[in-house]
Amino acid sequence: MTDPSALQVENLHLDLGGRRVLTGVELSVDRGELVGLIGPNGAGKTTLMRAVLGLLRPVDGRILVGGRAAKAGRTGIGYVPQRHEFAWDFPISVEGTVMTGRTGGLRLGRRPGEEDWRAVADALDRVRMSELRTRPVGELSGGQRQRVLVARALAGQPSVLLLDEPFTGLDMPTVELLTDLFVSLAREGHAVLMTTHDIAGALHSCDRLALLNRWVVASGCPDELRDDEVWMRAFGVSQTNPLLKIVKAA
Amino acid sequence: MSIVEFFTDLFNPDLAFLAKALAIAVMASIVCGVIGCYVVLRGMAFIGDAVAHAVFPGLAVAFVISGNLIVGGTVAGVVTAILVAAFSQNRRLKEDSIIGIFFVAAFALGIVIISQAPGYAGSLQQFLFGSITGIPDSDLIIVALMGLVVLGIAFGLHKEFVAVTLDREMARALGLKVFWLDLTLYVLVTLAVVISVQTIGNILVLALLITPAATARLLSDRLGVMMTLAPVIGAVGAFLGLYISWTWDTPTGGTIVLVLTAIFLFAWLFAPRHGVVARRRRGGPASAREADSADTEITHTPSPVGPARETI
Repeated sequence: MTDPSALQVENLHLDLGGRRVLTGVELSVDRGELVGLIGPNGAGKTTLMRAVLGLLRPVDGRILVGGRAAKAGRTGIGYVPQRHEFAWDFPISVEGTVMTGRTGGLRLGRRPGEEDWRAVADALDRVRMSELRTRPVGELSGGQRQRVLVARALAGQPSVLLLDEPFTGLDMPTVELLTDLFVSLAREGHAVLMTTHDIAGALHSCDRLALLNRWVVASGCPDELRDDEVWMRAFGVSQTNPLLKIVKAA
Repeated sequence: MSIVEFFTDLFNPDLAFLAKALAIAVMASIVCGVIGCYVVLRGMAFIGDAVAHAVFPGLAVAFVISGNLIVGGTVAGVVTAILVAAFSQNRRLKEDSIIGIFFVAAFALGIVIISQAPGYAGSLQQFLFGSITGIPDSDLIIVALMGLVVLGIAFGLHKEFVAVTLDREMARALGLKVFWLDLTLYVLVTLAVVISVQTIGNILVLALLITPAATARLLSDRLGVMMTLAPVIGAVGAFLGLYISWTWDTPTGGTIVLVLTAIFLFAWLFAPRHGVVARRRRGGPASAREADSADTEITHTPSPVGPARETI
């Protein structure tokens, strides 16, 4: 393919608080792909996402987003952080929140224009939150909050979408709605990278998985990851762990 | 004293200081009301307190060398804010400890400096608790200009302040200079404090910053409404406080604070949606919808210095 990957991580080494957290990470996500980033706690999943956002400086290696080095403030990446990162007690409406994903980083003093409001309306439409657009975010349920964060990321009309544990604490119908949304966003040409602990769900809906534990232990489409060995290595679990049954069953 | 007599006194040329005090108190509460909204929403009341105390050595130096109090206070407050920001880069100590060290140190320095001035006890009391007499005409203009500058900067950076408060990580990812925005906000808090210190005093000024904004938060779920209500509440509190203190000869700063606290308690009880009475009427301590979201969600509760800890 002549087109460079939307997101390309090459030989990434990264330290956090004096400790090596990521070693030689290789990962790419193409447009049209939904890639699941899977690994135990402390494997470096969120760290990898923060590096892609340009918030952490690698010791070695490089990260290319749309062919250009990752840097904070670069448009083209939509980020959905874990839900507790957001100040839900802030007095702001749903549409106001989604607008911050668009105008937050723009020039000082710039006010939202017609085009911005259209992007916000489209984003809310995608996550089916249009009816609640004037509601204060503090009054939303967990699932609605997650959808607002996704809409905020979409409002910037990114080509790469990073989702950090979007399903944690959500009920089945919401997980299904969001999964369908992420799959269709990928089909429309977004490059979607998602961390998750829902391994069965990821095996089912992702085009490819990357098993991360400080480095990418294994990656490939779900069918290529049937070997118990790689899961045992990635998660550091024994042969009798129920995780392996989930992998087999999916 | 009736309100009519109060107005008569306000326009009495022999009591010109009263009108000046009212003008300054109202201007200060408007500025503090707006800036206080950021302080309340970010949960940085402790930083407001710190800055208020840190202003003191600057006032003391200005007093001893007969310089301008506003300039002195501004310099000291800004220097302390920068020191806190710089020292907090050391990750071993949390920011609230750094603040605890520097604001008490600044206050101690102020006391040592002001004790060098002859007959300092009286002026000390004036600094700590405020005074409505002896405000020079020039201060009216300085307070008005500084107030406009503070409000202008807040208006210009409003979008950025909101983004940083909502989600620091996202703000960084969008390319905002979070550290500089924090520092700017500290400086704005400092300036709001400095222009309020004269009438209301060094210790009580925190109430002007926090109480109207907290009251407004109880009354509205919309930031725009909250930022309009807070300065109005502050200004009403300043007017009523001055009126009561003039009538019954009570200390002005303390009276203004008590009036604002009474307004806050009233809102806490009777606010249309979030007041105690309204909640009781809906049944239970929280509305059904709030309970619904609470069981699936760990609500974000900023620690007293929460948002700033990471940056600095």
